[in-house]
Amino acid sequence: MDADGLIGRLAEICGPEGTVTHPHQLRTYESDGLLQYKSVPRAAALPGSAEEVRDVVRACHEAGVPWVARGAGTGLSGGALPREEGILIVLSRLTRILEVDLENQRVVAEPGVTNLEISKAVGPTHFYPPDPSSQVVCSIGGNVAENSGGAHCFKYGFTTNYVTGLEVVLPDGEVVMLGGKELDAPGYDLLGAFVGSEGTLGVVTKIVLRVVPTPESVRTLVGFFRETDDAGDAVTAIVAAGIVPGAIEMMDRVAIQATEAATHAGYRLDAGAALLVELDGPEVECDAVFDDVVRLCREAGAIEVRIAGDEAERELFWKARRAAFGAMGRISTTYYVQDSVIPRTRLGEVLRLIDELSAEYGMTVANVFHAGDGNLHPLVCYDGRQEGEAERAEELAGRIVKACVDAGGSITGEHGVGVDKKRYMPSMFSEPDLDAFQRLRCSFDPGGLANPGKVMPTPRLCGEVPGPYRQHPLERAGVAERM
Amino acid sequence: MTPESYEEVAELLRESGEAGRAVRPVGAGTKLGWAGGGGGDELSTARLDRILEHNVGDLTAVLQAGVPLARAQEAFAAAWQMLALDPPGEAATIGGIVASGDSGPLRHRYGGPRDLVIGIAVALSDGTIARAGGKVIKNVAGYDLAKLFTGSFGTLGVILEVAVRLHPLPRARATAVGHGDDPDALAQAASALAQAPLELESLDIRWKDGKGAVLARAAGAAAQERAGAIAMPGLELEVMEDDDALWARQRAGQRSTEGAVVKVSGLQSGLASVLRDADRVGGAVVGRAALGLSWIAVPDQDAAQELRRALAPAPSVVLDGGGVTVDEGPALELMRRVKARFDVYGVMNPGVL
Repeated sequence: MDADGLIGRLAEICGPEGTVTHPHQLRTYESDGLLQYKSVPRAAALPGSAEEVRDVVRACHEAGVPWVARGAGTGLSGGALPREEGILIVLSRLTRILEVDLENQRVVAEPGVTNLEISKAVGPTHFYPPDPSSQVVCSIGGNVAENSGGAHCFKYGFTTNYVTGLEVVLPDGEVVMLGGKELDAPGYDLLGAFVGSEGTLGVVTKIVLRVVPTPESVRTLVGFFRETDDAGDAVTAIVAAGIVPGAIEMMDRVAIQATEAATHAGYRLDAGAALLVELDGPEVECDAVFDDVVRLCREAGAIEVRIAGDEAERELFWKARRAAFGAMGRISTTYYVQDSVIPRTRLGEVLRLIDELSAEYGMTVANVFHAGDGNLHPLVCYDGRQEGEAERAEELAGRIVKACVDAGGSITGEHGVGVDKKRYMPSMFSEPDLDAFQRLRCSFDPGGLANPGKVMPTPRLCGEVPGPYRQHPLERAGVAERM
Repeated sequence: MTPESYEEVAELLRESGEAGRAVRPVGAGTKLGWAGGGGGDELSTARLDRILEHNVGDLTAVLQAGVPLARAQEAFAAAWQMLALDPPGEAATIGGIVASGDSGPLRHRYGGPRDLVIGIAVALSDGTIARAGGKVIKNVAGYDLAKLFTGSFGTLGVILEVAVRLHPLPRARATAVGHGDDPDALAQAASALAQAPLELESLDIRWKDGKGAVLARAAGAAAQERAGAIAMPGLELEVMEDDDALWARQRAGQRSTEGAVVKVSGLQSGLASVLRDADRVGGAVVGRAALGLSWIAVPDQDAAQELRRALAPAPSVVLDGGGVTVDEGPALELMRRVKARFDVYGVMNPGVL
C-alpha cells in the first residue's frame, strides 16, 4: 500500500468525518502544548472505537508509515508533535468511561477521557490522585503516555502507581492486554514498562485505573518567607519530622508577583517565597501534626503563616499556585517552561545558580516548585520579538537542566522527554543505558513506526534478534546510527 | 561465582553467554524454589553488599543488590525512616526481593517493590551494564526498566543495584483485629475498611479451618486513637498496641515449610470465595484484603493445582515449584521478544518463564 492508498484506507476505517487531510485543518494539530515545535502531518485519523484504532495502526504498519498518537495535545515536551510523512492518530473521540467499580476501587476508561472526569466519576467518596495542572483538559491516555504527575505526588505517587491494566495496540496492529483489574499479572511487568513510554511502544485503547478514598480532612496553609532558602528549610524540617503532606508547593518572588497580579489571591508581595502546605488524611492525624507544621514554618523564619479557614480560602490559596504558568504572560510576552528534578536537599544551591544564570543572561526566571519531590519548574521569560532571544532562553533553560542533573537529579520530572529534552538524555544516560532502552523499544516496535524521533537522542534502528551485530542498510548509507 | 564488582558480574555473564552456559543469579537463596528454580551456574550477589547512599533529607537510598533488607532497615531506622517493604525471610537481599517482586503487609499503603524502586543498574548476558531511572523520586526520563526487571526472576539479567524511595518510620502503630468464622462477614468488614478514608498502613486477612480475622493497622501520630475508633460490625473486636508479633505471623503465613504456597491475584470482591476455596483443600490464607492478593499455604502440589483450578480465572502462581505460567497469547509473545532482546544468549535462568 502506498501513501495515497493509506489515506484512502483511513477514510474507510474512520469515515470521511474522521479523516483530516486538508492542510488548513491539519494545522490544528501542528503542535502540542509546546508551541516552539511545529510539524503538519500528512493526515490525521480520528478513530471512534478501539477497533478503529487497531485498524488504523494496522494500515500504517502495512504501508510502513510512521504514526504519532495524540490525546488532548496539552503535553509540554513535544511528545505529540506529528511527523510530516506520518499519520496523526487523534484519540479525542474515545471519551467513554466504560466501568466504575467502586467495590474494587477501579475505573475503566477510554484514552480520551479527561483526567478530571475520572475523579468526577468516582466522587465524592473516591478520587484519582495524579492531578496535572491541566487536569480539566488533559486526557488520561496522554497521562499514561507521559506518566503524569501533579501537585500530590510526594504523598500519593504518579500515574504509574495507579494504572493496573492497559489494552494496547502494538505497532504491528496486534492488540494486547497488559495487567488488568488485578495486580501482579504473571510474567514481566510490561505494564510498568509501558506507562511513561511517550507513545513509542504502542497506543492505548483502554485504561484500568485504581482510585482511592477521598481523605476525611484537609488542612491548608501558606507560609510567607523572606527567602527561598528559608522556605526550603521549612520543607526540610517538615519532612524530617516524618510528616508527609498531601502537597508542598513553593513559589519564588517573581512567581508570587505575577500570580498575585493575575489572581488577587492575597499573597504577600514583600515575600521572597511562598510555601503552600496541605495536609490530608484522617482528621485526628491531621489535627495531631498540623500545629507542628505551623511551628516548623515559623521556626524556619516565616514572616507570616496563613491558615485556610474554609474551603473558599483554600481554593484561593490554590488558585494562585495553579495560575502560575498562565500568569507569567503578565510579566513577559513569551516564556519557556522548564521541568527538571533535584534531590530536594540541593534546592538552595540550585536556586542560587539559577539566580546567577538569570543575571548572566539578563532574563527573568520565575520558579515554581513541587517542593516535596524536588520537581522544579523554572519559567524563563524572554522577548520573543527580539531575534535570537528564544535561542538564548533555551540555552539558559538547558544550563538549568544540566545543573539539576549534576546535582543528582533528572532532566524531566513529569513533562516527558519528547523532542524537547532528547538532546539532554546523554547527560543522564550512558550509551549502554540508551542501548538498553532501545532493546525495550525494539521488542514492542521493531519497525520503528510508533512516534519515531522522540525520547532517544539519535535515530536508532532495531537489529535482528538474537545474534551478532549486523549492519542495517540505512546504517551503511549513513542515514541512521545504531549507537 | 561470587563477583565483587559490577564489571566482574558483566564479564562473567558475557563469558557464560558466549559459551552458552546457563546462569542463575542468587541473593541469600531464600526463594530458590520459586519460579521453577532451573539449573545453571549460580552467580551470587553476596559480595555486592554495600549501602552506597542513604540520603536522609531526600528520603532515598542506593543499595547494592546483595544488601540484606534487614541490615538496610537498621540503618534507615536510625534516622526514623524505612524502606516500606516487609516480605517474610529475614535474610532476604534487596536484589532477591526486587527480582521476585516479593512484598508484605506494608504493600497496602506503600505499594510493592515496583512502586518503591526509583532506579536500577543491571548486567546483561552480553556483558552490558545499564542503568535506568535515577535517584530522585520524581523522574520520567527514559523507559522504566526498573519495573521491567522487578519480578523478572533473573531471566533478563542480574540486578546489581537499586535506588529506592524511603518513608518516615511511623512514631506509633496499633492494630484493630476483628475475629469471625463467616467468610462473608470478614470480607464485608475488610471491604468497608478499604472504602473508608482511614489511610491504614496495612489491611490484612487471615483464615484457616473455618476461622479467621481482619487486621487493620493504623500508623502515625494518632495511631492508637485511630485503631481504637475502627468498627467491624459482626466481628469480635480487639485492639492491640503491641502488635509486632501479630504482623510477623501474617508475614510468615506467606511461606510454607512443608507444602506449597499459591499466590492469587484476585479482586477484593472475590475475597470470601477465596477463603471458601482454601477451606476445601485444607489451605491457610493470609492476604492483602483490599488489594485482592492472597497467599494460600496448602499441604502439597496436588492441593495447589486443585486450588488454582478453583480460583480460575483469577491469575495465580505456585511459589515453590511450577514456574511462572503465562497463558499463550500476544502478551506472552511480547514477553518472549523482550527476553530475546535483553538476554541475547538465552542463558539467564532459562526455563523459568
